[in-house]
Amino acid sequence: MAKITMRQAISQALWEEMERDPKVFILGQEVGVWGGTYAVTKGFYDHFGADRVRDTPISEAAIIGSAIGAAIAGTRPVAELMTINFAFSAMDHIVNQSAKMHYMFNGQMVLPLVIRTVGGGGRQLGATHSQTPDAIFAHFPGLKVVAPGTPADAKGLLKAAIRSNDPIMFIEHATLYQIRGEVPDGDYIVPIGKSTVQRSGDHVTIVTYSKMLELSLKAAEQLAKDGIEAEIVDLRTLRPLDMEPVIESFKKTNRAVIVEEGWKSFGVGAEISAQIYEHAFDYVDAPIKRVAQKEVPLPYNRNLEQMALPQVEDIIKAVKEVL
Amino acid sequence: MEKSEHLDLYQQMVVIRILEGRSAELYQQGKIGGFLHLYIGQEAVSTGLISARKPQDRVITAYRDHGVAINCGISAKEVMAELLGKATGVSGGKGGSMHLADVNNNFWGGHAIVGSHLPIAAGLALGDVYQKQDGVTICMFGDGATNIGYFHEALNLSKVWKLPVLWVCENNQYGMGTTVERASAVSEIRQKADGYAMKNDNVDGMDIMKVREKALEMIEEIRSGSGPQFLEINTYRFRGHSMGDPERYRQQEEIRKWQENDPIGIYRRYLVEEKIASEEELNGEDKKANEIVEDAVHFAESSPEPAAEELFKNIYVEEGR
Ligand SMILES: Cc1ncc(C[n+]2csc(CCOP(=O)(O)OP(=O)(O)O)c2C)c(N)n1
Ligand SMILES: [Mg+2]
Repeated sequence: MAKITMRQAISQALWEEMERDPKVFILGQEVGVWGGTYAVTKGFYDHFGADRVRDTPISEAAIIGSAIGAAIAGTRPVAELMTINFAFSAMDHIVNQSAKMHYMFNGQMVLPLVIRTVGGGGRQLGATHSQTPDAIFAHFPGLKVVAPGTPADAKGLLKAAIRSNDPIMFIEHATLYQIRGEVPDGDYIVPIGKSTVQRSGDHVTIVTYSKMLELSLKAAEQLAKDGIEAEIVDLRTLRPLDMEPVIESFKKTNRAVIVEEGWKSFGVGAEISAQIYEHAFDYVDAPIKRVAQKEVPLPYNRNLEQMALPQVEDIIKAVKEVL
Repeated sequence: MEKSEHLDLYQQMVVIRILEGRSAELYQQGKIGGFLHLYIGQEAVSTGLISARKPQDRVITAYRDHGVAINCGISAKEVMAELLGKATGVSGGKGGSMHLADVNNNFWGGHAIVGSHLPIAAGLALGDVYQKQDGVTICMFGDGATNIGYFHEALNLSKVWKLPVLWVCENNQYGMGTTVERASAVSEIRQKADGYAMKNDNVDGMDIMKVREKALEMIEEIRSGSGPQFLEINTYRFRGHSMGDPERYRQQEEIRKWQENDPIGIYRRYLVEEKIASEEELNGEDKKANEIVEDAVHFAESSPEPAAEELFKNIYVEEGR
């Protein structure tokens, strides 16, 4: 166990998996000589060499397309998309190819492919560079979507993703790289498709993931001062979605607030609340609330951007409304 | 060319240089947020190029757009205010550094997804053709952008439909930290246009007069119906890709070498040697440029933040969320 940053945890997972399995290699923009735009692969190029840490041209479709090809040919690529906003330039390969091939060719082709990417707003990058479109990717059967909120989960889930034989979108958050947490050394695996309780409480269930876990924990701390104990369920994986801890918690608290950074319409909260109503309708004591981004493209101006993003106060307010 | 025109172009270049330097400072003070990509070293490219356009000619570029905006006639005030995210900015503070645009000046933006504006440029030109207007669309992009599919689709379409586009690759030798050689199958980027049977040329981007001359020639040929053409302009960015670039990928020596060909220095020498302007006159222009930028900084700093209601404005033309 060591207290390290999210960045170090992700870097460690990649490094260890590359040491363990020579079939694992990285490709993406600025992953090599530059050392990774978010410095996650710093030092990799010198250690593993240009064949295993492959700088690519600015060619998102070719990055994902060629990673798919290399995966079905027997290697285990970790393709990096500099940010999730650029995934849209590779959407055909992610959606029409990677998510379909195993099924459509009746299991003949296997895609041990990880697409590492970064999402999230809050850094004044403007509308095209600040999106949290996680729900879009979670829409497609055949694709798995992982989005860790703690350094330990980031390490454990990334190792699991690299060892998995399915195509996986591994979505990191740009403003979480600096957060610190205890991370087990060596071979630490967190299974994909398992939600977990990050904080226990009896009064309300907060369902969240990724960056919004950090905000939800802060909200819970403040609520505790008013005697309100929130239970926080961290989804960690959006597809396959593990509702069990959510339903179990809800049956105890009978109230839920779902917190996501992306837009509310057709989002993660919509799915979770629908499933709570489907599986635990008899336990509902108050309408389920969703906290999400305002329905606008994110503006550059700092004040406007913060107005649009979910805040700790929004979570507290929503909790008080369901109580 | 009239003397006044020369002095105007010279002043534009110096304004860009000073404005970029000041924005770097304001970025360090936390007054500018997000990504900031400076144009220092590349001033002769857009100044020369855009000096060759007529008012009906459209300009569209990528995120390295402050200089292009100035050359298109947007005031330093509105540019600086946008960098500071103010209501008086050219995009109302909602766009930021990478998303400047001013349709009234026929400047169609600042686009931050690499290569994404190239098909849009083809469409701007299609709009002109369709409406029987005689504008030429000038589309600027980096060397790195020529490796994304959008580039190839846009060039092909423009040729097939004979669209009046001048494709301009600003080859500043790097896309972030990747050299042209490491990312592009051909190191002379204009060769890519050969694949689309498109007339192409290249020019030294540190010399504004060469850029302007070549651009004038190509733009008028396109206007006369030649179909799209491709111009590769060789240049160099003196600063990092954006603020905070560790610049591990290049040597100081290389930067120093290019700085010997400072585009402002080259133009200055030309103006003096050709006896178009004296050193004193040019110093006077420098001083004026400095005042323009300082006024712009003052204007931007004292401008109001966008009102809260702005958050929900312009999502749609009509009502709806
Ligand atoms: C589709 C897409 N991929 C990646 C990026 C990240 N990115 C921003 S600028 C850049 C380099 C572009 O280089 P070039 O086209 O040469 O322009 P320059 O910055 O040199 O002006 C990259 C990779 C992006 N904005 N969009
Ligand atoms: Mg470049």
